[in-house]
Amino acid sequence: MSDKKATRAAYGETLVELMNEGVDVYAVDADLSGSTTTAKLGKADSKRLINVGIAEQNMIGVAAGLSLTDKVVFTGSFAVFGTGRVYDQIRNTVCYGKLNVKIAPTHAGISVGADGGSHQMIEDIALMRVLPNMRVLVPADYRSAKAAIRIAAKVDGPVYIRMGRADVKQIDSDTGELDLGKARVLRRGSDVTIVACGVEVGQALTAAEMLEEKGISAEIIDAFSIKPLDEQTILNSAKKTGYVITAEEHSIIGGLGEAVSALMSEHPKLLTKPLKRIGVNDRFGTSGEFDELFREYGLDAQSICDVVVQ
Amino acid sequence: MSFDRAAIEQKAMRMRADILKMITLAKSGHPGGSLSSVEIMATLFFGDVMSYRIDEPKWHGRDRFVLSKGHVAPVLYTSLAHAGCFDMTELATLRKMKSRLQGHPDHLALPHIEVSTGSLGQGLSIAAGIAYGLRTEEKGNQKVYVLLGDGELQEGQVWEAAMFAAHAKLDNLIAIIDHNDLQIDGHLDEVVSLGNIADKFKAFGFEVIECDGHDVNALKQAFDDAANIKDCPCAIVAHTTKGKGVKFMENEAGWHGKAPSDELCDLALNELDIVTCNSDSASKSASLDEGVR
Repeated sequence: MSDKKATRAAYGETLVELMNEGVDVYAVDADLSGSTTTAKLGKADSKRLINVGIAEQNMIGVAAGLSLTDKVVFTGSFAVFGTGRVYDQIRNTVCYGKLNVKIAPTHAGISVGADGGSHQMIEDIALMRVLPNMRVLVPADYRSAKAAIRIAAKVDGPVYIRMGRADVKQIDSDTGELDLGKARVLRRGSDVTIVACGVEVGQALTAAEMLEEKGISAEIIDAFSIKPLDEQTILNSAKKTGYVITAEEHSIIGGLGEAVSALMSEHPKLLTKPLKRIGVNDRFGTSGEFDELFREYGLDAQSICDVVVQ
Repeated sequence: MSFDRAAIEQKAMRMRADILKMITLAKSGHPGGSLSSVEIMATLFFGDVMSYRIDEPKWHGRDRFVLSKGHVAPVLYTSLAHAGCFDMTELATLRKMKSRLQGHPDHLALPHIEVSTGSLGQGLSIAAGIAYGLRTEEKGNQKVYVLLGDGELQEGQVWEAAMFAAHAKLDNLIAIIDHNDLQIDGHLDEVVSLGNIADKFKAFGFEVIECDGHDVNALKQAFDDAANIKDCPCAIVAHTTKGKGVKFMENEAGWHGKAPSDELCDLALNELDIVTCNSDSASKSASLDEGVR
């Protein structure tokens, strides 16, 4: 379908745009520059893409070094290798030193599909969120991903951007209001608040239409900035609906759901019903097609509806 | 600045005394590897090798230094203090609450430190990234020096970085290996043998220079030779003695990461006087006394 595009498709082309606008932008990738699309930057200016080969630890270290020469540096690889395999490098060199490195791997989540559980990263938000000095952005579609890359390039210090492989529908909304610490309300409602991120934003919007047929009015919030979290937007909505559900293509441990739960636990009187978290329920992924996987893991629009009416 | 052998050797002895006092005061720290790399650091900082400006730590034209073996922070701090980056008395704050002299180097605390280190195996990658970045600027021929421990070479990332540095022909990158043969758990060959370190770096595409890591003339020659290498990175394998200068610490893995008692520190300081003979006044006047004792 022509209106569908992967968040990763935004990566290389936005880096080229930034370069053309005069940003001293560099990418360091680990033999996956075609898949992540950072190859586009290398095509535009070969010195700006450093391919270190299949050596992710060195990828983060070289990116750290480049940032110390005042470059704006983005790292690549797949989310499973680009965060988990290099956690210590991100922690001790990038975050502890507050270096201007953007950790922006692609192929996050179970939507990677056929490659299976070894490649479906569902702990990355948790790993990055817990690090001091790190900011975490989870774009919901291609245009939001472009916005996330631009935001990351503009702010000094570490940022994590989570991008995916799967083509997802464009959300019919302005990306202008997206920023660090900013969520956007995509649909107004009064009965339930669904706070979602990444591909789950699209699923939540579909679920809202299905709920409407049942006479349930759902407010949909695209969390976008998981850290810092837009607490005010979420609290305002919770005040109105009294019922909050989170949805993410990530483990229910450590991600958006826990961030929102922690927030709501500090405002216990706002909720009239217990908060529910939708996510991968403490298990690994498996090979399959997008639709099959989202049904199996309870992440599709129907599953969201079922949780809401439970 | 010109090269003055006697002055550097005297500086090195004062640095040894500072290291011992700092670690004794802190009641923890890593004397063994700090003492083995004293001449390397003294030659780098005071032997007309590195370009830097004391009052302009982020001067664009400076050479860079990365301490990959971050646990020997005391030898870096004493080098910076002797260079005049901060007052000698600050050395006494090592490892103390709110000190700029953190247990491992923290560049956010102290601007003269290029990059925070402490987790082993990462410095060569960082230095390679800096070397690549400096090369793109074409504003001079700044060099990047990175000091690694030999035990640290057991980290796989070092060899990822070595492969990359050679592939990218980073001839502005100079790695120095403090080859003292010991790591925390014992002799390298007892823990996991590294074989011939020089041959390994050669096989990875480095030009390798071997020298006595306690002979400042040999070190100076090695740095001068390294600066003239073209089209590939350089590794200087500096053969050293862990705990050098203090008999009871020399070649004892037990002194890798342990502070001496006050009594043992005094014993060690007296020994330094004997070793240096005529630098008696130099080591005694080492300014930590003023700040603390």
